[in-house]
Amino acid sequence: MSNVIEVRLIGLSKSFGDVQALNNFSLDMAKGELVALLGPSGCGKTTALRALAGLQPLDSGKIIVHDKDITDLPTNKRNMGMVFQSYSLFPHMSALENVEYGLKMGFRKVSNTERQKKSKELLDLVDLASHMNHFPHQLSGGQQQRIALARALAISPNVLLLDEPLSALDAKVRSQLRDEIRRIQLEVGTTTLFVTHDQEEALGIADRVGVMKKGVLEQIATPAQLYDKPATSFVAEFVGLTNPIEGEVRNGKINILGQEIEILPGSVTSGKAKALIRPEAISINKESNANAQVLTISFLGAMLRVLLKLNNGSMITAQLPSSENLNYRIGDQVLIRINPFPVFAKEL
Amino acid sequence: MQNKERAISLKKFETNSLFRKIFPYLGVVPFALLALFFLIWPTLVVVYGSFQNLEGGYGFGSLIEVVTNEKYLNGFKVSIKLAAYSALAGSILGGLFSWAIANGNREGYFRRLVLAASGVFAQFGGVMLTFAFLATFGFNGMLTILANSYFGQNILTDASWLYSLLGLVVVYTFFQIPLMLIVFLPAIENLKPEWKEASESLGGSTTNYWLRIGAPILAPSFLGALLLLFANAFSAYATAAALISQGSPIVPLQIGFAISGEVSRTNPGISKALAVGMILIVVVVMFGYFKLQSKVSKWVKS
Amino acid sequence: MKKIKRIDLWRWMIIAFVGSYLLIPVFAMLEFSTRGAPGERSADAWTAIPTFPKLLSSVYSSLQLAVVVILAVVFILVPTMIWIHLRLPHLRRYMELICLLPLTIPAIVIVVGIAPTYRVLYQIFGSSTLTLSFVYFILVLPYSYRSISASLFSIDSHTLSEASRSLGASTIRMIAGVIVPNIKVGIMSGAVISIALVLGEFTISNLLNFETMQVVINLLGKRDAATSVAVSLAALIFAFVLLAILPTTNRSRSSKLKTNRKAKVAKYE
Repeated sequence: MSNVIEVRLIGLSKSFGDVQALNNFSLDMAKGELVALLGPSGCGKTTALRALAGLQPLDSGKIIVHDKDITDLPTNKRNMGMVFQSYSLFPHMSALENVEYGLKMGFRKVSNTERQKKSKELLDLVDLASHMNHFPHQLSGGQQQRIALARALAISPNVLLLDEPLSALDAKVRSQLRDEIRRIQLEVGTTTLFVTHDQEEALGIADRVGVMKKGVLEQIATPAQLYDKPATSFVAEFVGLTNPIEGEVRNGKINILGQEIEILPGSVTSGKAKALIRPEAISINKESNANAQVLTISFLGAMLRVLLKLNNGSMITAQLPSSENLNYRIGDQVLIRINPFPVFAKEL
Repeated sequence: MQNKERAISLKKFETNSLFRKIFPYLGVVPFALLALFFLIWPTLVVVYGSFQNLEGGYGFGSLIEVVTNEKYLNGFKVSIKLAAYSALAGSILGGLFSWAIANGNREGYFRRLVLAASGVFAQFGGVMLTFAFLATFGFNGMLTILANSYFGQNILTDASWLYSLLGLVVVYTFFQIPLMLIVFLPAIENLKPEWKEASESLGGSTTNYWLRIGAPILAPSFLGALLLLFANAFSAYATAAALISQGSPIVPLQIGFAISGEVSRTNPGISKALAVGMILIVVVVMFGYFKLQSKVSKWVKS
Repeated sequence: MKKIKRIDLWRWMIIAFVGSYLLIPVFAMLEFSTRGAPGERSADAWTAIPTFPKLLSSVYSSLQLAVVVILAVVFILVPTMIWIHLRLPHLRRYMELICLLPLTIPAIVIVVGIAPTYRVLYQIFGSSTLTLSFVYFILVLPYSYRSISASLFSIDSHTLSEASRSLGASTIRMIAGVIVPNIKVGIMSGAVISIALVLGEFTISNLLNFETMQVVINLLGKRDAATSVAVSLAALIFAFVLLAILPTTNRSRSSKLKTNRKAKVAKYE
C-alpha cells in the first residue's frame, strides 16, 4: 500500500425521493489499499460503490481516479472490475469464458494467446483451473464468486469493487473466501473497495474501514482505531459488542460502578450518560463488596461469556478467557471491575 | 399389553396397512377419471379412428388419403404457412413489446393493465376477433371508410384481402402478440441486471452485451415461444371458421367440415386422420418447446 | 432535471405501435357498434342486446359454465395437486404431463375424439351447456396447473402441513385452512384465466352444437353485425376488468423491497 491517492470521492450526494442515500460523502483511497464500507442496509454503502462504478448517477459530487475526473464517464470506460452479491457470472458461459469476457473487448487489443494466458493465470490464482470448463450452475456459490473475482481482475482494473460478495454464502465458506480475497488483493495490489454489513468481515480484511449511517460517513479509520477509539456512539455500538452502563460524566471522566474512566472525544461532556464498555474490558473478582450476580455462563471454547446482573437491575455481558471456567458458578455474587481504557459515553 | 390385546392390535395393523397403502391414491381418483374420459380416451379414439376406412372398414386408407390428396396436402401447406408467418410476426412484435414492458415500472399500473389485456386477447375467441377485424378492415370497416374518404380508391378499399392468407396472418398475429408477451416476458425479466452491469464494468458496450449475453441467454426462450406460437396458430379453428364462409383452406377447417358434413358419412376416418396429422405436427413442435424450456431452467438455477 | 433517454423513446415507440395494432380493432368495434344516422352516434346496437333472447341466455349459460369450471378447479384440481404434492410426490411428473397435454392436443382434435363421448352425455344430461364443463375443465388444466403449482412450490407446504398436523388439525382442515389460503394467489390467477378461456371458447361448443355465448354471437353476426360486435366488446371489457382488478401477482415484502431498489438503482438497457 503506497501513499499515492488513487481514488477520490468528493462530496457525493444522491437521494431517492425523500430518502437521502448519500449525503455529501467523501472518501480517499490510496493505491493498493483495501477500504471497507461498513454499515446497516440502507446506509448508502452500496450506492457509493455503484457511484464509483458509474452505475449510479449522482445528484452532485466528483469522482477522481488517477487524477482524472471520471464523474461523467460511462461505466464501460472506467476499467473497474466488479463482483456482485449474487448472479455475478454469465450463466451461459463456462468459467473460462467468463474470465475471458473483459479481454475480448475490441478496444483492449489483446491477442488471443495473451488472453488465454492471462485467463489461465487468473484461474490459477483463484485455484479453479481444474474447473475452467464448468458452467456456473455446476459450481458452488464460493467457486462462483472466485471466478467472478478472477474475471474482474482479468482486465487489470484501476479499482476492484466488491459489493457484499460474501453475503450470499454459507458461514464457513464466507470466512475462508474472505481471507482468500485479501490474499489475492495483496498479491495483485489492486486498490479495492469492499462493501459489507458484516463488521467481522470488514475489520478482518480491510486496511481502513468506513462506517456509514444514513448516507453519512461516520468514521473512517483502521480496524483497531475503530474498535478502540470510536468517534460516535453508532460506530461504538455497530463495531463489536458493547455494554451500556449508566454513570455520571464530570471533567472528562465518567463514574461507573465506583470507578472513574476516561471518556473519548465525541462523548457526552457532562451529566448522566451511558458508558459503552467492551465485554473483554470487564473483569470479575470474587470479593466481598459484590456489585453483580452471575446469571449464565456460556462456554465458547476459546473464551467464556458471562451474563451478569448489576445491582441496579441492568444486564451486562463479560468475556473471559475460558481458563476461568471453573472459578464461577451461576448465582455467584461477584465484584465487577472495568479496565481503565477510554470509553465512549453516549446519551441516555 | 396382554397377549390377546396384542394379537388384535396386530391384526388391525395388518389390514390397516393394506388400506393405508391404497388410501392416498383414492385422493387422485376424481381427477384421474376426468382426465381419462375427457383427455386420454378422446386421443385414443382419434388415433384408433384414423385407421377407419371408407364404408367403415379398417386399414391405412384414410391416412394415405390424407397425405396424398391434393386438397388435404394443400390444407396442411396453408396451415403451416399461416402458422409460421403469424408466429414469426407475433414473436418479433411481441418480443419487442415484452422488452418495452420489461423495462418499465414493475410495480406500476400500466404493466398490470397490459398483462390483463394480454390475458384476455390471447384467449380472445376467434369469433370476436373476426368481428373486430371486420369492424376495422371490412367493407364497412372503420379504417376502410377512413382511408376511402382521405385517399379515395386505395389498397384497403377492396376488403377481400382480409379473407386471403395475408388477412389471416394479420388477424392471427393479433392474438399471437399477447401470447408472446405472456410467455416471453418472464424470460426477459429473468435477465439479471447484474449481468448487464458486469458486462459494462468489464468494458462492454450495450451492443456487446446484447450480442454476447442478452441474445444468447434469451435465445432458447425466444425459440421456445416461437414454437408455442406456431402450435397455437396451427391449432386455431375459431378465427378461420368465423372469417371464411366459403371453402376450407386450412386443416382445422377441413376437420370441422369433415365432422359436420358429408365426408363423415362416407369416410369417418378422414377427420380422424387429419386430426392425427395435426397431433403429430403439434407434438413435434411442443416437444421442441419443452426441451428448450428445460434448458433455460437449468441455467436459471444458478 | 430529467433527460429523455434515447432508450425510453424506443420503448414508447414500440408500445405505441404494438398498442395500436391491438387497440385499433377494439376501438373499431366501439365505432362500428355505435353507428347511427350518418354523422351521428347511436346506442341502438347496444340497447338491442336484451332484445335477442338467445343472446342473453347464452351469456348467462356461459357465465354459469365459467363458474362450474372454477368450482371444478378449486374442488378437484387444487386438492388433487396438494395431495400429490404432499403425499404422492412420485406421481407429480405424470400429473404435470397430463395437465400440459391439452396444450399439445388442439381443441379441434379433442372435438373429433370426444364427439362419441358427448353423444352419450347428451343422453344423460340433455342439451344443457353445462355439460361442456367436463371438457372445459380439461382445457383450462395447463393454465390453472401452471399458476397453482408455481404457488405451491413457493410456499413450504411440507412444513406447513406438518405444523398443522402436530397441532391436531385433520387432513381436510389442513388443506382447506392452511395450504389453500397460502396459495390463494395461484388459485385466483388460474380461476381468472379459466373465465377468459370459457368465455372465449368457440371451437368445441360450436362443433358439439352447444349454444354458448361465442356460438350465439357467431350466429347473430350473420343477421345483425352491429349488435354482435357490441356484445363481443362488452364481453371483452368484462373479462379485461376482471383480470385487471383481481390480485394475480404475489409480491412478498422482501421481494418488493428488492425490486424497488433494483428498479430505482439499476435500469438495464
